[in-house]
Amino acid sequence: MSLSPMPSPAPIDAHWHEAVIRALKDNAVRFVVYVPDNVLRPLIEAVHADDYFTAFTAAREEEAVGIVSGLAMAGSRGIVLMQTSGFATLANVLASLCIAAQIPALMMVSERGTLGDFQIGQAIVCRTMRPILETLGIEHHSVTRLEDTHFIVDRTIRQAFLTQAPAALILSPLLTAKR
Amino acid sequence: MAPNGRNTRPMNRFDLTARLVSKLKHDEAVIGGIGNSNFDLWHAGHRPQNFYMLGSMGLATPIALGVALAQPQRRVFALEGDGSLLMQLGALATIANLSPRNLTIIVWDNAMYQITGAQPTATAGRADLVEIARAAGIVQSAWANDEDEFDRLSLRTLSEDGPWFIGARIDGQSPVKQTPREPVIIKNNFMRGLGVQPPSKS
Repeated sequence: MSLSPMPSPAPIDAHWHEAVIRALKDNAVRFVVYVPDNVLRPLIEAVHADDYFTAFTAAREEEAVGIVSGLAMAGSRGIVLMQTSGFATLANVLASLCIAAQIPALMMVSERGTLGDFQIGQAIVCRTMRPILETLGIEHHSVTRLEDTHFIVDRTIRQAFLTQAPAALILSPLLTAKR
Repeated sequence: MAPNGRNTRPMNRFDLTARLVSKLKHDEAVIGGIGNSNFDLWHAGHRPQNFYMLGSMGLATPIALGVALAQPQRRVFALEGDGSLLMQLGALATIANLSPRNLTIIVWDNAMYQITGAQPTATAGRADLVEIARAAGIVQSAWANDEDEFDRLSLRTLSEDGPWFIGARIDGQSPVKQTPREPVIIKNNFMRGLGVQPPSKS
């Protein structure tokens, strides 16, 4: 047997969506179900352009969580992409399906309504997100720095499936908007 | 044609559920929607490929879509009530666009929220769920006018490409049994029934 080569250094991602895509592929997350958001646009465009992924819209975020729950129970992995206001519609499905039945529904939320959002509706609904996640005991992490993005997304996905629990990744404007 | 499938004779949900289950010979997956839809599925005889919804009203069709996408070789059925389907009509458009060949949606339409006291749903008025499904883009959408037609349609869904949408007008008879409320057991049994080993929790 030949010696294994030295592990190559982790690739440097130029953009946050590249780090996310790498983490999705590392964890065999092939289905991306989304209700679009402008912040998520580079990620959405990239998964549509990549044959590895099956990406499509759902009419509602709750529907998308139902779809990835079905995928998870049938042995495939998917993630729901949405914005903060979409997350605010999810308390019922998370509580009565994903937590009750221990289904690892993955969620990625672009955080609107904070750090300079001009929409008052977004700003108010944003306040509901972390209290809902905390009340339901759902593992969640804010992603704020490009250099942490792959690590946080990769580890969160891994834990969600190993522990059969839903998880949420919150994309902060510090990651997606800071220049 | 009368609106709302009213040209069809009301049938019985348990009888139709048992008729469907008796035709399943290849470990087809069945998602029973919240309430009476899954209670009658349970009463028709537990199968490892049944998933019983104890919450999240309206999500039987999205869950079934996820299963159908993950396992394209397995036929998948969603059994949903009229009130539940009305909560998630957008899911019909999602399904139509993806057009999974292995997915069938069956709606039990008794024009009422039966389990909460028989309040009328929109199908007691002018809404016609089969027409809605067809307009959403599910081309193969039909009312089953009687038990024989239900049998014929369900056999077609087992041999021909879908997606399919079958509407069945049903009576207001209550289920005789309720599914045990054990969501984690239901989910782990369902996963094993689909050939997926759920990770063990320590």
